[in-house]
Amino acid sequence: MKLEGKVWKYGDNIDTDVIIPARYLNTTDPVTLAAHCMEDADQSFAQNVQPGDIMVGGRNFGCGSSREHAPISIKGAGVSCIVAESFARIFFRNAVNIGLPILESPDAARDAQPGDTLSVDLVGGTITNQRTGQTYQASPYPPVVLGIINAGGLVPYTREILGIEITG
Amino acid sequence: MSGRTFAEKALARAAGVPGARAGDVLDVMPDLVFSHDNSAAIRRIFEQIGAPGIAHPDRVAITLDHASPAPTTRHAQNHAEIRDWVQAQGIAHFFDVGRGICHQVIGEEALILPGETILGADSHTTHHGWLGAFGAGVGRTEMAALWATGELWLRVPEAIRITLNGAPSPGVTAKDISLRILGDLGADGGLYRSVEFAGDTLAALPLDERAVIPNMMAEMGAKNAYLPPDQIVFDYLEPRRTRHYTPLYPDPDAAYAAEYHLDVSHLEPQVALPHRPDNAVPLSEVAGQPIQQAFLGTCTNGRLSDLRAAAEVLRGRRVRCRFLVIPASAAVMLAAVREGIIDTLLDAGAVIGTPGCGPCMGNHMGIPAPGEVTISCANRNFRGRMGTPDAPVYLASAYVVAASALNGQISDPREVLA
Repeated sequence: MKLEGKVWKYGDNIDTDVIIPARYLNTTDPVTLAAHCMEDADQSFAQNVQPGDIMVGGRNFGCGSSREHAPISIKGAGVSCIVAESFARIFFRNAVNIGLPILESPDAARDAQPGDTLSVDLVGGTITNQRTGQTYQASPYPPVVLGIINAGGLVPYTREILGIEITG
Repeated sequence: MSGRTFAEKALARAAGVPGARAGDVLDVMPDLVFSHDNSAAIRRIFEQIGAPGIAHPDRVAITLDHASPAPTTRHAQNHAEIRDWVQAQGIAHFFDVGRGICHQVIGEEALILPGETILGADSHTTHHGWLGAFGAGVGRTEMAALWATGELWLRVPEAIRITLNGAPSPGVTAKDISLRILGDLGADGGLYRSVEFAGDTLAALPLDERAVIPNMMAEMGAKNAYLPPDQIVFDYLEPRRTRHYTPLYPDPDAAYAAEYHLDVSHLEPQVALPHRPDNAVPLSEVAGQPIQQAFLGTCTNGRLSDLRAAAEVLRGRRVRCRFLVIPASAAVMLAAVREGIIDTLLDAGAVIGTPGCGPCMGNHMGIPAPGEVTISCANRNFRGRMGTPDAPVYLASAYVVAASALNGQISDPREVLA
């Protein structure tokens, strides 16, 4: 699966209170959450993000609260993929579980500038910066994470484990 | 071959395998899973999965603490859905509005024991390392999957060892130690790692204060944190436990990815500046900063020793700013009433709230106005954390929060206690 999008670049330690403040946690509707995504850090994001754009972060992206609303709001805003130098562990798992592609690549994240266009090959785990032409290899997923991604998220993956078939 | 870390031993036990090494991915069967006000949303995800029922309702706990009592109709509706769900599924451990904060209540009820594994839909589940359990936070969808199957994959983390030596001076607490560690190692200093503590400081720390350290390690990115359980822990658990347990200790020759030593004997009180918990500086660098609100409470510092510290600072005095006191649990509140601590705090001008999370994450019960400055006992001071983006939050111990309330500005409790 190949993605291509414009870069929204953020720094180190972007926390989940900034991604989606607790005052909006009383809903799980992706559209409502997307309208407030990043609003305490960058009010222009929710207004100007385009479907397919790529969010780029520094170290420890998504630190703080375990709220799943954080990746839901980013996915709801239309972001196709997050690339960062490193991710907070619960955020990483939450993103995988809700089906938001997430790639760890310190060099790709550091080199990307706001407005750059990145091409991402999720199968090969490669990231290409179209401005510079440079291609980066992201950290590989453990097999279990690949299994969840291939199933389409943790809900369908758990159905497979339990042998539950959804009909109708 | 090196010995094993606590994390390697605990996760091997929880997965029912003879041995594990950092990097292994295991299917872990936790001894307890828990969630809080987010349980209504978890229920909806569980229903999407389509499982017939919760696999092990005897291993599930739910606490209503995050927005409690309900501040809006929607919160109340969430609570009502959770109560119905608890009934329908026969969930064994349910704690309604006012009983207290999940981590604190689980400790008081001895629902998790040394050597066991606990997974919570809350990032501060690292807290449970205070008694030598493996505690890690998970997301909502993972909690729904845990309800459905009773197990979850976990990667065995690499470990770092933090050795604490010396005794803290009066007015210096586990909170100050934790903030200094965060300041030195940074917000990602423990990312993906098991943070395992050692050293002679721990044995001298009162039981009440111990949980502060593993609780705060969530702010360093830790997967879990661990204090070696001792006789004080075993004595505490003995009248409360309902099953046997086997404490686990890392081998002396366990392989650690990094080591850090801190001598706490000359540590002064620490304050984390806005907007990050690892922005820690010695109190003297920020003393005099005016504040409009002081908040004593939370899973980090809402226990009896914290209320007692505040009473020690405020006895016979009056505060000069809003001072919110929210005990971590009903049991803490009752003990504080019986000791006369609540009298002292009310006399000093404190506002006492329902046990629970209070304004920690900006849901209710003390949201600051734009421009107002808060000093808080909590574990987090991210921008907007308490509900208002332009309202800076400083983090400190109960002593420092109480002394700051007394003066209306960030103050050194040792000057009041002297």
